[in-house]
Amino acid sequence: MAVQKLAGAAPIITMRGVNKWFGQFHVLSDINLEVRQSEKIVVCGPSGSGKSTLIRCINRLEEHQKGDIIVDGVTLSNDVKHIEAIRREVGMVFQSFNLFPHLTVLDNLTLAPIWVKKMPKKDADEFAMALLKRVRIPEQALKYPGQLSGGQQQRVAIARALCMRPKVMLFDEPTSALDPEMVKEVLDVMVELAREGMTMLVVTHEMGFARAVADRVIFMDQGEIVEQNEPEEFFANPRNERTRTFLGQILHHH
Amino acid sequence: MTDALPVGERRQLAPPVTESGAFGWARKNLFSSWANGITTVVLVAAIAWIASWFVGWAILDANVTASTGSECRGHGACWALILEKYRLIFFGTFPYDEQWRPLLAIVSMLAMLILTCDRRMWNARLILIWSIGSFVTFLLMFGQITLPLSLFLFVALAVGGLGMILRAGIARPAELNGWRALAAIGAIGLVLRLTGTLPAWGLEIAPFSYVETGLWGGLPVTIILATYGLAFAFPYGILLALGRRSNLPLIKGLCVGFIELIRGVPLISLLIMASVMLPLFLPQGMSFDKFLRAQVAVILFAGAYIAETIRGGLQSLPKGQFEAADAMGLNYAQKTLLIVLPQALRVVIPPLINTFIGFFKDTSLVLIIGIFDFLNTANQALVDPAWAGYPGEVYLFAAFVYFIFCYSMGRYSKYLEVELNKGTRR
Repeated sequence: MAVQKLAGAAPIITMRGVNKWFGQFHVLSDINLEVRQSEKIVVCGPSGSGKSTLIRCINRLEEHQKGDIIVDGVTLSNDVKHIEAIRREVGMVFQSFNLFPHLTVLDNLTLAPIWVKKMPKKDADEFAMALLKRVRIPEQALKYPGQLSGGQQQRVAIARALCMRPKVMLFDEPTSALDPEMVKEVLDVMVELAREGMTMLVVTHEMGFARAVADRVIFMDQGEIVEQNEPEEFFANPRNERTRTFLGQILHHH
Repeated sequence: MTDALPVGERRQLAPPVTESGAFGWARKNLFSSWANGITTVVLVAAIAWIASWFVGWAILDANVTASTGSECRGHGACWALILEKYRLIFFGTFPYDEQWRPLLAIVSMLAMLILTCDRRMWNARLILIWSIGSFVTFLLMFGQITLPLSLFLFVALAVGGLGMILRAGIARPAELNGWRALAAIGAIGLVLRLTGTLPAWGLEIAPFSYVETGLWGGLPVTIILATYGLAFAFPYGILLALGRRSNLPLIKGLCVGFIELIRGVPLISLLIMASVMLPLFLPQGMSFDKFLRAQVAVILFAGAYIAETIRGGLQSLPKGQFEAADAMGLNYAQKTLLIVLPQALRVVIPPLINTFIGFFKDTSLVLIIGIFDFLNTANQALVDPAWAGYPGEVYLFAAFVYFIFCYSMGRYSKYLEVELNKGTRR
């Protein structure tokens, strides 16, 4: 249903025939993917299936060797100007948070707006505080990342990515490094973000999150997109044998 | 029932007496067993014996009034020698009546260094502090300084260029045009000066008599060589370390080659090369000051070592820090200056200060090419036949002065570690 609803919107990310190798290892093979404005996509698959590499190619943390990646009308190439233009539009949240430990939470948030977007410090501070309120930790603004819990750090990381007012948000296993009791506070923030209409690509094993907000679930294995569908269909009637095996493994104890 | 504690609170008992206080500490650390107790007693006795001998020699029996070395015979330490020769030791062959100048130069440099140690000064103020401090120091040492036109033009170019870069996108067009104009004046002026269109004009500042570097000596020489050696070697070492990790094979190769070449050679041979061989390669009639050549050799040498220390810090950064900076769209310069270096340098403060301390002492090797640093002038004090036979006192005194500097650096390293890691502890 969701897929049809969005069918008319223009794609904000287009991947055409994307291939990537790590040495001899073919990590992405012939990836074709279109992401529309406001679409929420969950990417899942066994470890080593290339799902992280897929989203890391979108903002050039990994370089693809064949095919085209077009983000918001800009084709990704070795041109630094293009790469920087795309990175300004694409926010990213990492598994291990990657906050800057030598800067306060507030400075973590305002760094890119001030230096990349040349925003006046006062405006950047205001916007950062508003975002910290949104992720419900404004009282931590002047602390250092090392003084926060994992869940709080990941919420800061989400706010930091949002500070650049990105058009797309990439999440690379955002809850995998968290203690179980902190997973929910991060997912809650992500659900809210999804409700507000952000375009999101999320690599995760949180199938509850996929059911709740995803427009499309993509299953990857051995560098290929094996199957994609809207969540109800995907979980109820997986068509491919590999998908069934994988879902059987991860849904086992839920 | 004495257990009338509020719900949820745990009774905290005081530790037993044997575990706390001076008595507890001594029992645990000094007399925990028979062997430990005997070791303690023997060591304390040995320390007391050595200390009492030293106090007797250095203080109680010391002679501070003798007017020649022979009057000191039969006494303890002959500090009279130091009192007699201290101006030679501190200032070398600098003209005797003018020695207040190197004294003030030392004060000026120490003031500059102490201000630099203060974290609140780590911004544009640092440039001001070093400009003024250096100007005062060298004006006092030389007595006369000529500021060439090209220096002013260069400053105009640098200031204008920095303004253009730092204020780009923030400042109003009028202000930006101002920076551009300043940079343009500097650039055009420099070109005209190089082509000889502009005359070799210079602003002459000459309040004192001129003293050439050949007459400099003692503590100011040691401090100048160490301060400017490390002040230039530090940014240079950072560039080398960054270059060594560059993706561009040519830059990487050059940096690796330089570092390995310099590290594979003793400082003494580099100093000799700078002093003896460099003039052979220079065209006829062109020569650099010997002091300047030694200074450059120290900078090159220290740069290679600092680069390797800093590389350790760069490698200790998790990959995620680089990726996060990339993902936010920071360019290479921003990533390096805002994210990478602040963290990498923090990690290497102890080994970095260790390198600094090493180089402060290594400057004494310049004696090999005939420059009179502090240790060398101390040596000179021993030459006087009237005071022959008291090398211990002189070297002890020199060691004491070196120790003050090196120990201060060590303490500062400790302070900096704590200060910079405030709040960031995990």
